Amino acid sequence: MDIKKQPLALNIQHLSFSYHNQNVLEDINMQIPKGSFLGLVGPNGSGKSTLVKCLLGLLSPNAGSVQLFGVDVKKFNRWSDIGFVSQKANSFNSGFPATVFEVVSMGLYGKIGLFRFLKKKHKQQVREAIEQVGMEDYIDDNIGQLSGGQQQRVFIARALVSNPSLLILDEPTVGVDAKSVKNFYTMLKKLNDEQGITLILVTHDIGAMSEYVTDVACLNKCLHFHGNTNTFEENKEEMMTAMYGHEVNLLEHNHDHDHHHHHHDHDDQDGVRREEG
Amino acid sequence: MMDLLQQLTFLERGILAGLIIGFICPVVGAFLLVRRMTIISEGLSHITLTGIAAGVFMSQSTAFLGFINPLYTGLIFSLVGSLLVEKLRQIYKHFQELAIPIILSSGIGLSAIIISLSSSSYTEWYNYLFGSIVTVSLNDLLFILITGIVAMLLIAAFYKELLSISFDQEFASTSGISVKKMNFLFAVLIALVISMSMKVIGILLVGAMVTLPVAASMQFAKSFRQVVVGGILFGETAIIGGIMLSYFFNIATGGMVVVTGVVLMIVAVLIKQLKTNINPS
Repeated sequence: MDIKKQPLALNIQHLSFSYHNQNVLEDINMQIPKGSFLGLVGPNGSGKSTLVKCLLGLLSPNAGSVQLFGVDVKKFNRWSDIGFVSQKANSFNSGFPATVFEVVSMGLYGKIGLFRFLKKKHKQQVREAIEQVGMEDYIDDNIGQLSGGQQQRVFIARALVSNPSLLILDEPTVGVDAKSVKNFYTMLKKLNDEQGITLILVTHDIGAMSEYVTDVACLNKCLHFHGNTNTFEENKEEMMTAMYGHEVNLLEHNHDHDHHHHHHDHDDQDGVRREEG
Repeated sequence: MMDLLQQLTFLERGILAGLIIGFICPVVGAFLLVRRMTIISEGLSHITLTGIAAGVFMSQSTAFLGFINPLYTGLIFSLVGSLLVEKLRQIYKHFQELAIPIILSSGIGLSAIIISLSSSSYTEWYNYLFGSIVTVSLNDLLFILITGIVAMLLIAAFYKELLSISFDQEFASTSGISVKKMNFLFAVLIALVISMSMKVIGILLVGAMVTLPVAASMQFAKSFRQVVVGGILFGETAIIGGIMLSYFFNIATGGMVVVTGVVLMIVAVLIKQLKTNINPS
């Protein structure tokens, strides 16, 4: 199977998932071409994380199928082509005795094989991944001593070190300060532009990500929208009402730069207008 | 190699056995530490006692089983116990700590029954409970050597995978590591280490060799590798120091090894605190 020849990074067909007889995901169909940068948005409890776990084979859907680069996820074994940054990544035991170098090398462990240790080549790869996220000054520091934003960068490096073609990030900016969030998105955009890595960014933070992504998908149990960012902007209000209902304050977060204040105000007025109507 | 081992005096056999244990216990202890499972050594050592009691009882009561070395039955029980702990942790998913007391008390209960049935001397049980370096037979040494080699091979083969799983199970699984297989393998590894340490350190004290050296090295380690290497240094120091002291004062080896380990740990904590007081960062 040659990954390079596959046009689709991900192909999700009729995927449904239920938990304790409650439907979490209903008939999701989605084709994600290689090279796209998808923002997957939806309110809390909309099934975003569940969908991600199905994509990675961590959960088995009740119906439907997932193909990664043309291979059914159940048979998929080229895991070094997939990078994953979990929502819970920085909820590890902060006393864990591991350096930045050790944590990032874990991204290669599945690839290297048994009885083998890191060779010079691998160590170089680890160093490059750490430089890529700008953490080279902390390479021998204990991971628990770093700030939330720095830890997040380390986890990105761990996902990048195996040179993945697809990078999936589940709420990677939770607990990261606003300034770091912007830098972080810029870094992701660069990965997408320069290295052509397909990115799936799961977030409930629509405002912050929309200027970086190429495509948007809106999820709340069902897939309400999937298209490019321009189409999304045009239909944004409709989408939001359909997904969140009325009174939800979409952009309830503090951004310290003007652009997002603008969005914030706009949406607040919007909310008021709807209430009046 | 057999020739070489046969030429050893009883004391040399004991010291060699001690050195092997002082090396392997902290390595496995480092993984137990980061997985927050050090307490498992207590549960498994007690189920190993059941196995040893069963071995002693069988060799006494049936003539054709007389050749059985109780360490082997101990190993079998330890393996079964280790897998049961894994199983119990799955059954009581939200209260995983239940697994250890269940295994521990079952182990002691069964041991009490079997010991009361058998007719061994008080000294024999005392040696198993508190360890005895002078009663390490050639057969025991061979057992320790072989289980030690198997344990080291397992660690060498799966060091990376075990570390990755200990740090972040979800990520490990998406990087292509089978968490289920690794947990099984780790259970086997712990069982090997507990049962091989029995003879020298003793059932009641084996947990100390798994815990104390890494507790000491944790004070200074920034990386996982430093925890392992420091743990081995502290472990071997505790073993050598403990054996020397117990030989000169004629005191139970296991006890002296553990006390030396505790002293090392306290010194490590004090040095660390002094360092942070002088140089607060």
